[in-house]
Amino acid sequence: MTDAPIVPSFDDEASEGRKLAIICSKGNLDMAYPGLILANAALGEGVETHLFFTFWGFDMITKSRMHDLKFTPVGNTATHMPQGLTPMPGMTAMATRQMKKTIADLGVPDVPEFLEQIVAAGGHLWACRMSADMNRLTEADLYDEVEAIISASDFIELTEGAQLLFI
Amino acid sequence: MPVTTIDGREVHVDAEGFLTDPSEWDEGLGKTLAAAIGIDLSDEHWKVIRFLREDFATQGETATTRRVQTVGGFPTKQQFELFPKKPAKKMAYVAGLPKPRGCV
Repeated sequence: MTDAPIVPSFDDEASEGRKLAIICSKGNLDMAYPGLILANAALGEGVETHLFFTFWGFDMITKSRMHDLKFTPVGNTATHMPQGLTPMPGMTAMATRQMKKTIADLGVPDVPEFLEQIVAAGGHLWACRMSADMNRLTEADLYDEVEAIISASDFIELTEGAQLLFI
Repeated sequence: MPVTTIDGREVHVDAEGFLTDPSEWDEGLGKTLAAAIGIDLSDEHWKVIRFLREDFATQGETATTRRVQTVGGFPTKQQFELFPKKPAKKMAYVAGLPKPRGCV
């Protein structure tokens, strides 16, 4: 029994000025999710969040590929499959289907919809200049909510003081 | 489990202040809880709070912001407008429910 009511301190001011920068460098379905989940969680805690898509991570924001990321058990010992079987035809497609289903069953959105949710929550999406040049892609090829194609130095500049995750 | 007095009545809360017994909640208390964290409840807020209560009653778990959008039909953007900065926790608190345990 206490006199003053116990009220959670949501401490909105504490997250003021806190920034998170996430560099997404992988284009596999399984490696797309950690960055998206953490970005979404950070935004839900009032943290300013920036995602920078580079190299294979470009697939996550490329219109023609973002719906079709894949998961492969090849070379991934954590699947605990006999490694000799993993390169068999159809294995990647099967593993991808299975993973997509497991994710959907948890109520977690697919990649394009997850990006939409992150943007709605106030997150910022940036595309890497060099990756765009390497793949000969322009903003027209990218997910509409990507704010701009920027250079590495631009990204470093705009995430000054941020905590950084490289995935 | 601490007991605290809110709005002249004793309620059970966890260390942070979230109600631990959803049955101790009613809409009058919800209004007081919202005021305690600086939110003046509009009709729009109430629609969300009532969805959370109904959903908890059937699911036994507090809806995440994702679920409030997909099942409740309240867009993420609107949730952030109504319950700024930390919508998931604030919605749960005002609705007298535990913090959502899901990641997304």
